[in-house]
Amino acid sequence: MLTIRFIPYYDIKHLSSSQRIRKILDIVKEEYIVLLEGKLKKEEETQLIKVTMEQISDQFKGIEIAQINPGDNETNDFFAKMREQFLNLMLGDRQGFTIIGPASIVKEIKQDPNKIELLTKDKKKR
Amino acid sequence: MIKFFQNLIRKFFRKKTDWKLGLYGPPNGGKTTLANRICKDWLGEEMGTVSPIAHETREIQIKEEIIVKSGNKELKFNLVDTPGIATKIDFEDFIKAGMEREAAKKRAKEATKGVIDSIKWLDQMDAVVVVLDATKDPYSQVNITIVGNLAARNIPVLIIANKVDLKKANIEVLKEAFPQYKVIGISAKYGNNIDNFYNSLFEVLR
Repeated sequence: MLTIRFIPYYDIKHLSSSQRIRKILDIVKEEYIVLLEGKLKKEEETQLIKVTMEQISDQFKGIEIAQINPGDNETNDFFAKMREQFLNLMLGDRQGFTIIGPASIVKEIKQDPNKIELLTKDKKKR
Repeated sequence: MIKFFQNLIRKFFRKKTDWKLGLYGPPNGGKTTLANRICKDWLGEEMGTVSPIAHETREIQIKEEIIVKSGNKELKFNLVDTPGIATKIDFEDFIKAGMEREAAKKRAKEATKGVIDSIKWLDQMDAVVVVLDATKDPYSQVNITIVGNLAARNIPVLIIANKVDLKKANIEVLKEAFPQYKVIGISAKYGNNIDNFYNSLFEVLR
């Protein structure tokens, strides 16, 4: 059974980067797909990859991750850019969503700027 | 923020000859093939081995004092070929590719260390060439993370759409994915458009 665990932003808001990463990985290693409100900081993304690599074993093969942030769309419209900057200022890391799943379950996450498709592995092949 | 200032200070005090040009990207994008192309063109020797099985490069490799010439201009740098960055490594994939179980497990272990080393070395780079496979979907989080981290560190980036000799290659999709960067289509294997790549290095390593 495929189970998604939602983490609201207020759950990680006061955590340090390493605590956030530990929390996410602990859930992912229990074979849940994490749907995180907001996005990780750039350094947290690399830190997450580093920690994932340190923990890879015969059982834990790694993660699949994708972030979607509608505010990232490239636009030349002055007012759209202003709106985007205002939202960034107000919401910061809370904007968008991050989806992280164990590689043993999630085969691939396809994404384009506005859409995420999550492809899971056939249960027999896991 | 601290890393940003460290980077700025290092760049200010560095000698021109100490420039480190890093080759970054996901596994099997053609980083080592490009490194070999650069080394063969300007040093007359290759840098590393390539393989169709992912994670062939599992250690940081450095070739010092490469001098690229274009007209009257000359560019001297140390080339750093890095292991491909990935979010998952499964030894069973190597077995499927034809490796023995123990060799596959060893390769997976070395590959995880290689990814960690690649990330650690990010801060050491003065400029980075991100090598992407032009036949693949560029919107992977690994690609976005690499480019985003380089931008956050204020490190100049040149994006290479490699394997343009293949029918499935689509440079336009790559350009759409990274509109704020210069994207050059090349074939590191056959040398297509390689002069354009060398000329662009002068813009990146200013």
